[in-house]
Parts: sequence; C-alpha cells; structure tokens
Amino acid sequence: MTKLESRRLCIHYGAKQALHGIDIAIATNEVLALIGPSGCGKSTFLRSLNRMNERIPGTWHEGQVLLDGKDIYGRDVDPTDVRRRVGMVFQRPNPFPTSISKNVAYGLEIHGTKSRSEIVGIVEKSLRAAALWDEVKDQLHKSALALSGGQQQRLCIARAIATEPEVLLMDEPASSLDPISTGKIEELVQELKASFTIVVVTHNLQQAARISDRTAFFLDGRLVEVGETKTIFTSPVDRRTEDYVTGRFG
Amino acid sequence: MTEIVAHTLLVLATVVVLVPLFFVLVLLFVRGAPLLGISFFTEPPRDMNKAGGIMPAAVGTLLLMAGTAAISLPVGVAAAIYLREYAPDNRATRLVRLAILNLAGVPSVVHGLFGLGIFVILLRFGSSLLASWCTLALLVLPTVITASEEALRAVPDSLREASEGLGATKRQTILRVVLPAALPGILTGAILAMGRAAGETAPILITGVAFFCPELPHGVFDQFMALSYHLYVVATQVPHVPPELPYATAAALIQIVLATSAVAVVARAHLRRRRLA
Repeated sequence: MTKLESRRLCIHYGAKQALHGIDIAIATNEVLALIGPSGCGKSTFLRSLNRMNERIPGTWHEGQVLLDGKDIYGRDVDPTDVRRRVGMVFQRPNPFPTSISKNVAYGLEIHGTKSRSEIVGIVEKSLRAAALWDEVKDQLHKSALALSGGQQQRLCIARAIATEPEVLLMDEPASSLDPISTGKIEELVQELKASFTIVVVTHNLQQAARISDRTAFFLDGRLVEVGETKTIFTSPVDRRTEDYVTGRFG
Repeated sequence: MTEIVAHTLLVLATVVVLVPLFFVLVLLFVRGAPLLGISFFTEPPRDMNKAGGIMPAAVGTLLLMAGTAAISLPVGVAAAIYLREYAPDNRATRLVRLAILNLAGVPSVVHGLFGLGIFVILLRFGSSLLASWCTLALLVLPTVITASEEALRAVPDSLREASEGLGATKRQTILRVVLPAALPGILTGAILAMGRAAGETAPILITGVAFFCPELPHGVFDQFMALSYHLYVVATQVPHVPPELPYATAAALIQIVLATSAVAVVARAHLRRRRLA
C-alpha cells in the first residue's frame, strides 16, 4: 500500500531550482532512507513532504505529493492539517523551554484535546514509545532543557508521535548525538515502524543500511536511484550510486 | 604590555562611568536625609510646596508609569510581532523600522507639543492624566517596539519550526511558544518604558501635570502632580524652599524608579529560572 508519493516534484527557491522531478512512492510502515552528499536536495525533499519548505519565503513547487492519494498541495488543503498527519523530527533537538510533560502535551493541546486525564495518559504512552519514560517518569515537571541531547531528541520524537501522525519525517535525527544516543534512536526507528511510515534523511551510510527498508540516493537535486536498501548498497544500478556508497565521493 | 594598557583603559572607563553615579546617589540621600522619613511619602505638600511631603507627586509618578506601560506595551508588542513575524522583509518594512528608530530620537518636548495638539485639544482630553499617559506612551513606543522586536528575534527559529511541524498555526505558535520565550526581553522594554515615564518632565508639563494639587486625581481627566516636575518646581520655581527638599524629592524619585526596576528584574530572573528548573 502506497502511503505517500511524490510525482514529478520540483521545488524552487526563488530562481534556484533545488529539486528536479522527483518520483518516489513510500509504502505504509516502511522506513525509507534518503542519502546523498550535502546540498543534494534530500532535506528539501523531506521538508516538501509536510509543506515545511513553505516557511522559507520565495519557495514554490511543481508536481504533486499524494498522501493516501490526495495532493497535500491541493487548493483546499490546510498545511496545518498536513503537518498533523505528517510529523517531523529535526536535526537538532528543539524542545520547548518548558517542562517535559508540557512538551509532549503541546501537540494535543493545540489540536483541542481538553481532558487532563487523557493528556496525562497520552504523555506517558508517547514517552514509553520513545523509550524515554523510565528515565524521566519522576521528573515530568522539570524543564526539558535539563535533559541530555540524546534525551531531548527522544523527547522530540515523543512530542511528534503524541498526536498520532501517520508518517514521521526525520531530518538527520542523530547527527548531533553521541554514538550511544545514536544507537538508541536507531533502535527506536525500528520499533516505531510498526506504527508509522518513516522517512529519514541521514549522512551516515551505515545508519541508512541498518535502519531502512529502502534507500533513495539524491544527487544535485535529482533522484538517481531508489530501491531495496540491500540492493542499493551491494549492487546499485547506477554508477554514481555505487561511487557514493563505496565512499568514492561525498 | 599593550594588553595591560588596554585593560587599564577599559577599567578606567568603567570607573569614570560609575563614580559620578555613586556620588550623585550619595549626595542626594545624604543631603535629603533630614526629610526622608515615612511622613515625607505619606503627606501632601503644604504652603505652596515649601513644606510637607510629596505623596500626591509620588502617587502621580506611579500612575504615570503604570498607565504608560498599560498603553504602550500592548501596542508596542503587537507592532513588534507584526514587524518580526509577519511583515515581509522588503524595503517598506525596513523603512518602517528606520522611522521607528528615528521617532526615538525626537526630542521629548516635541512629543509633548504633539500630545497637546492631539490629545489635549483635538480629542478634548484636556490637561489631564489621560493626555499625559497617551503622550508618554507615544514617547516610549519606539523603545518598547525595538526591545520587543529584539526579544522576538532572539527566539530561535527551531522553536517555531517545532511548533509548526506539529501542525500549529502561526497564531498558536506565536501565542504559545514565541511570546512566552520572548517575555524576559519584553520585560526589559517595559522597565525602560516605565523609567522614561517616571523621569520625563517636558511632555507632562505641556499635557497634564499640576504645579500644586495636594489632592489625588479623582479620574483620568484630572490634573495630577508628578515627582519629576515637582523636583523642577521645588528646585527652581518656589522661593525660600528648605535646601533639603529638592534633594529628598530627587532621592524619592530615584527610589521609585529603582524599586520598579528591581521588581521587573526579579520577575525576569524568575521567568528565566523556571525554564531551566
């Protein structure tokens, strides 16, 4: 089942074209890794999947992004609804400067969940799902900024999944973390794919190989190749993919 | 060697700033000491300001500070939010910003004349507390806007992304994330605004302050006394004033301004601490 699909998607920043006709279909509950050298457009592609790229003035697009078959750029579509269904975890942990529980509850409150007990329950469930509950259950009212970087990133994951999005976008979620925290995030991705469709940008090729079902290789704003992760890393079709995954450039 | 010279020069510069401030404070409190008792703050002036206390002037100054803040903060913060969060970054916006900065450089007596024309005469507020509030609010608006805009600019964009990434609207993001994070900086603007309101003399002289008015204002359309103008009066306009009186009045004004700042500083520190606790 295709969950999310881009069709001939082009993204422009003013006069500069960042993406050229990207066609990728992402299946429900799969983990798709986006790899490629810096500036290849993989983060731009990720951000186009929940319309976060629109925050940059002068950005415009051509083509379509279909979520369950419906274009998220459609005239009658509210970007806030898109982002509610397609959640996002950023490169650097960005918890709000409030308590741990308020961070997780934020998405619920802005979407109108009123019941205190319901919120408390979802906060616990989300923190458990993000493998953070045991570390923070006695300090839910402490500031999120007192947590370590790795804990903050798992808190951001808990915050993103609390509103039960269907797709989770992750923009190099472990690039600012130490190896142990990175390992925890990678394990978490494996657990989360049971409930979510996940698209993850990564600079780390081993990480892509470890956590993803399929991998897409971007170069200069174009999709070079997308396929089973094993295939991409062992016998890619395109010469440039092979050069990249074997470390000849990038 | 040059390192030591530079260091010494910088320390000297700091001392040059601090020493006069210290002497001014000591002078005021020492020379004013004979008068600075409780009754000085609780009694109205008597005998055409030559005797008695400063109660109506102190209350008037507090009213000026509160009213000016109450008018200028909502307007100023709203303008800052528009400029920082909504306005496109184009020539028109930059022009507006430049205009605001220039407005801060307009002499306060000009603001006073503007207030006289608009609030006292055109809007028929008369020479009143309300007219002075509005005039002072206009006077401090550039400060409030600039401080608030700085505070909003200091809120990392990653927090806005986090909020909008969760499906929050821009309005929700600003109200629930950006403004709370910017509050300490906005408070700094409020402190500056209230300090100006307490100290300015020319604008209120033209728009509402009274020379001698031992009763407190009954409403916003009444005239009032204020410490800044009262200080000018007892220092220069009334013959045979006891020499301690101007010093004690100045000391009282400084106490009120410092106390207000202290409250705001404590509030700001509390806000900052709560985020890390």
